[in-house]
This record gives sequence, structure tokens and C-alpha cells, in this order.
Amino acid sequence: MPEAVDAYRVRSPLTELTLARFREMVREPEALFWVFVFPVLMAGILGLAFRSRPPEAIPVAVVEGPRAEERLAALSSAPELEPRKLPAAEARRALARGKVALVVTADDPPDYVLDPTRPEGLTGRQGVEAALQRAAGRQDVFTADVVELTEPGSRYVDFLVPGLLGMNLMGTGMWGIGFSLVVARNGNLLKRLVAAPARRSHLLGAQLLSRLAFLVPEAGALLLFAWLVMGVPLRGSLVVLIGVSIMGALAFSGLGLLTAARPRTIEGVSGLMNLVMVPMWIFSGTFFSTDRFPVWMQPFVQGLPLTALNDALRAVMLDGAGVPVIAGELLILGAWGLVAFAAALKLFRWQ
Amino acid sequence: MSAPAATSTPALRCHGLVKRYGDVVAVAGLDLEVARGECFGLLGPNGAGKTTTVEILEGLNAPDAGDVEVLGERWQGDGLSLRSRLGVQLQETKFPDKLKVREVLGLFRSFYPRGLSVGEALATVELREKAGAQVRTLSGGQKQRLSLACALVGDPELVFLDEPTTGLDPQSRRQAWEIVEGLKARGRTVLLTTHYMEEAARLCDRVAIVDRGKVIALGTPRELVASLGAEHVVEFSAESRDGVGLDETALGALPTVEGVAREAEAWRLTVREVHRAVPALLAMLAELGAEPTHLTTHHATLEDVFVALTGRSLRDA
Repeated sequence: MPEAVDAYRVRSPLTELTLARFREMVREPEALFWVFVFPVLMAGILGLAFRSRPPEAIPVAVVEGPRAEERLAALSSAPELEPRKLPAAEARRALARGKVALVVTADDPPDYVLDPTRPEGLTGRQGVEAALQRAAGRQDVFTADVVELTEPGSRYVDFLVPGLLGMNLMGTGMWGIGFSLVVARNGNLLKRLVAAPARRSHLLGAQLLSRLAFLVPEAGALLLFAWLVMGVPLRGSLVVLIGVSIMGALAFSGLGLLTAARPRTIEGVSGLMNLVMVPMWIFSGTFFSTDRFPVWMQPFVQGLPLTALNDALRAVMLDGAGVPVIAGELLILGAWGLVAFAAALKLFRWQ
Repeated sequence: MSAPAATSTPALRCHGLVKRYGDVVAVAGLDLEVARGECFGLLGPNGAGKTTTVEILEGLNAPDAGDVEVLGERWQGDGLSLRSRLGVQLQETKFPDKLKVREVLGLFRSFYPRGLSVGEALATVELREKAGAQVRTLSGGQKQRLSLACALVGDPELVFLDEPTTGLDPQSRRQAWEIVEGLKARGRTVLLTTHYMEEAARLCDRVAIVDRGKVIALGTPRELVASLGAEHVVEFSAESRDGVGLDETALGALPTVEGVAREAEAWRLTVREVHRAVPALLAMLAELGAEPTHLTTHHATLEDVFVALTGRSLRDA
């Protein structure tokens, strides 16, 4: 449409460069999948796999005999037990094969047959004993209520979602910047833009700006899904959460810039990206707590930018922490971002 | 638009340019001077050092030795103000596939303080109807015209075109030529590199023939061809039955022959008068018992100048 060409309003170089990056990303369906759909899918699937369930009922066998029906009824009233009536020989076989955890014999009073090395047997014994004693007329001296820990904020999915957000900020920061810079360098586009003449600070600044522009929908999609569908809470302030996300996005943009400072090929930059990111997938407490690593590894683990980002996001979302509490993490993120950015500017290859 | 004082300096001047990559000497002491409004061609085979030379002139590459002056200025720092007066087309730029043609031009236009509108630039290269198309849908020739448009959108005083037609089909090549001729008509200075002699002959006011990082001949295309001393070229090869070889001196003594060159089995004579040289040549071959397997004649071109100077042809040098 010729009219559209004539109406084309040329904006400032920084705006045009940022827009160009933004348009490229929006027009790349694969990129949109990895940025928006993938983390939501991850949260959904992992949340489903590790959802909180009541402990499974313990299977118990009652040997056939004169009092079997009465005992069966007594045991059925206990929710943690799953009793069934079996002939004596079959009950023994079921115990040996682990199909039941405990056998109540036909004697009066009964014997409990169990394998002491299996914890279910011991847990089952307590339940069976209490149910049968009560049925036989025992009065409890007192009743203690049990508080079960299933409230939002302490489930696995609550631990997981901030970690997924952190990992996503790392992935898109590094790939979003690294990939596009190397493609531009490889295709002579960087050189052409410098010759054009684009300011170098605008070229790199536009990368950061387009990252930040994408951050809002990207983090928003995951957090909204987690909040609406999985009930993951946000206990701290939304402003602080956004601030932490921006810090994280900038730190990883700096690392992405550094990783992409030299390579001329996609293969080259991919190798470097993995070298930087794979250790953090493992060590930075995205899927499980960093406490699992031995003490001597902790300085390394805690110094990683993704660990700092994950810890800060969890503190804000789950503990309602404010800035003073997460100052250490923010400092680590800021230091990584600044050092990486400065090194990237020094090393950057424009052609 | 430029001050009169500025136009008295040449558009481009370089002296004693040297550039080495390790042991390889890409540019070996190269001098050039291009006047304002001139269309100047660097003609040479691949690997002659043309692109390195142009990138040094464009301020994208630093020479190991030598002086460069562009529009009366030297390259300093990022050279933004000088760059905004130049148009640069690199050999093969890959524009982002997913951007639309008008967006790419808008992006490039944003870097220049003044210049054409996006619509005007597209009209110059006849790409207006593709304004809304994404880059990935363009043909090779259309991409090349987009690249030209990006070099012209800042309305530059001096345009660098590095191999603007390499890899294009004949029709796209003619379109590119027309765009360059349009630039010349508007008084812009153009420096272009090419390894197509017909392109240099058609577009360039003056040509420098470059080989192994040096200028080996300089002049208008007509002057360069005239330097051969003869206007025609006879190429032939012959098989000798009794193994009697052809002799360079004997061939050179044939009527109106000015030069003799040999490439493997093929001989190349520069002659003033074809109608006298060819019968004498055929008679000589018959006398030697040699059978001509191939014989052609053509008007001498810049290619023949290159062959005469280097003993190699442009295409496979």
C-alpha cells in the first residue's frame, strides 16, 4: 500500500532499533512459545506431578475367623487403613509380597504380623491397635487435633513458580539478546548498522529496552497462571516483585551480551550459552532447594546470579519480604549485570 | 548543499594504504583519488583487496599504514558526523527476515539527520509495491535493491557500493545499473567495486584495476583499452600433429599483431586489424600442420587489459 509508505513516520534511532527487535520477536511464533507458553506448561505439569495428596491408606489383612467381620468394621472406620478379609494362608502370602502391610490373625486377642523393616507396617500397627482397642471399649484420655500443612505458600508448586520465573528470565535474557546479536553479526548487519551510522550505545541499548518491554507480558503470563489456576500467593509487594524481575532481566541481559560479544556463528554462541546456563539450571535451586548441596559448595551456589534471583523472587512472593531483606541478592544481581555489561562492551566484536 | 570550499577537495583520497592479516597482505600500498561527482570503479578479481580497501575508506577497518581522507575529513572516533554524509552498501547484508521493507528503511533513515522519505527511497529503487512485504519474501534482486535503498536513504554525498550486482540475474543487474546511473545524474560521487568488466565499462568514469592489493592500471575505460595498442582480440587454440610448437615470436610477427599472451593451450593475440591478422594466422597454422580447434575474435575490453597486465583472466585469477 503506497499510502502506508508515505505515512511512515520515522522515529528516533533508539526507538526504531527497539521496535525492530520487538517486531522480530513478536513475529517469531517459536520464540513466543518458549517465552510465554513453555513456562506456563512447565508450571502446570510439574504442579500436577508434585501436587499435595493425602497419604495413601495402608492395606491391612484380617484373617477369616469368628470375629473377622467385627474387626473389619472397626478397621474400616479408621481413614488411614484399607482393610480386607483373607484366608490365613493367603494373608501371609499378601504380606510377603508387600500387598498388605500387616496381618491381623484370627486369634483372640489377635496377633499383628508385620515386617519391622517396612515403615508402613509400623504405622499400620498404631492405627490397627487404636481402632481395635476403641472398638473393644477403650476410652481415650484426651483427643489431639492434627494440623495438616497444605495451605498455599508451602506446597511444592509454590516453591517451583518463582524458580520457573527466574529460569525464564535467564533463558529469554540470554537467548533473546545473544541469538539476535550473533545473527546480526554473522549477516553483516551489525557492521552495516554501524556504517549507517547507528550509535553503538543505541544498538546495545535497544536490546536491553526490548528485553524489558517483553518482561511484563512474559512474567505476567506465568504469574497470572500460577495465581489464578494454582493459587500461588504473592505475599510481598507487586512493585518489589517487578523491581526484582527487572534487576534479573538486566543482569541476564548483561550476561547475554557478554556471551554474544565475540562469536560469529550460532553454533559458537549456543555452546557458550549452555556453558553459562546449564550449571545454573542445576545449582540455582529452580527445581529443588540449594540446601541439598554440601556446605563447601555453598559459596559457589549462592554466588550464582540465578540463585540470587530465585531466592529474591521466593522471598518476595512466599515470605512477603521487602527490599531490605533481599538487599544481598539484589547486590549480587547488580554486580553480575554491571561486570558482564562492562566486559561485553570491552570485548564486543562489531563485525 | 555542501560549502563551495569543501567541493574543491577530492571526495576521496588515500595514499600508501597497507593492510595485513597475519602473513597475508590484503592491501599492499594503494593510492587513489576520486573527484566529486565522479563514478569510480575498483575492478579486480576476487581476493584482489577491493573489499578491504573499501572498508578502510568507509572507516570500518583500520589500515596498518597509509592516509585516508573522505570528503576532506579523516576517520576519528566513531566518525558519526562523517558517516551521516556517506551511503554504504556492504557485500551481502542479511536484513532481518521478519521485518517489512518499509520498517528496514525507516530504521536506516532514523540514523541520518536528513535524507529521503521512506517512500522516496523505495521509489528510487522501484520497490514501492513491496513496502509492506517481509524481507524473507523478497527475491535476491529485490533484497539487493533494498540494500541500495538503505545506502541512499540518507541522501549521501558519497556512496560506496561493494559488488552491487554480484550474484544477480541479468535483469536485476540492469536495474541496479540504472539506479547507479540515476545517482551519477544527480551529481553524487560513487565508488563501486566489481569483478565484471562490462559493469565497470558501462558505469564508471574512471577505473582502477586492482590486483594483489595494488593499483596496476588507472584511467577511463576507453584509455585503458586503448593502452593495449590494438582494438581487437583473437583467441585460438590449436593441436599440432607432429608436435611442432607454436612460437610466441612468430605469432608476434604476424601482420598488425600488437601483443601475444598464452594461457595453457589457449593463445590470445591483440590485433589492430582482424581481416589481415586472421588469414596470416591460419596460413601459419597450416604450414606448421597444426589444426585450429577454436578461434574467436572480439573487441578488446577491460578484461583484455587485465589479461595483458597480469597474464591471468579476471574470472579465474
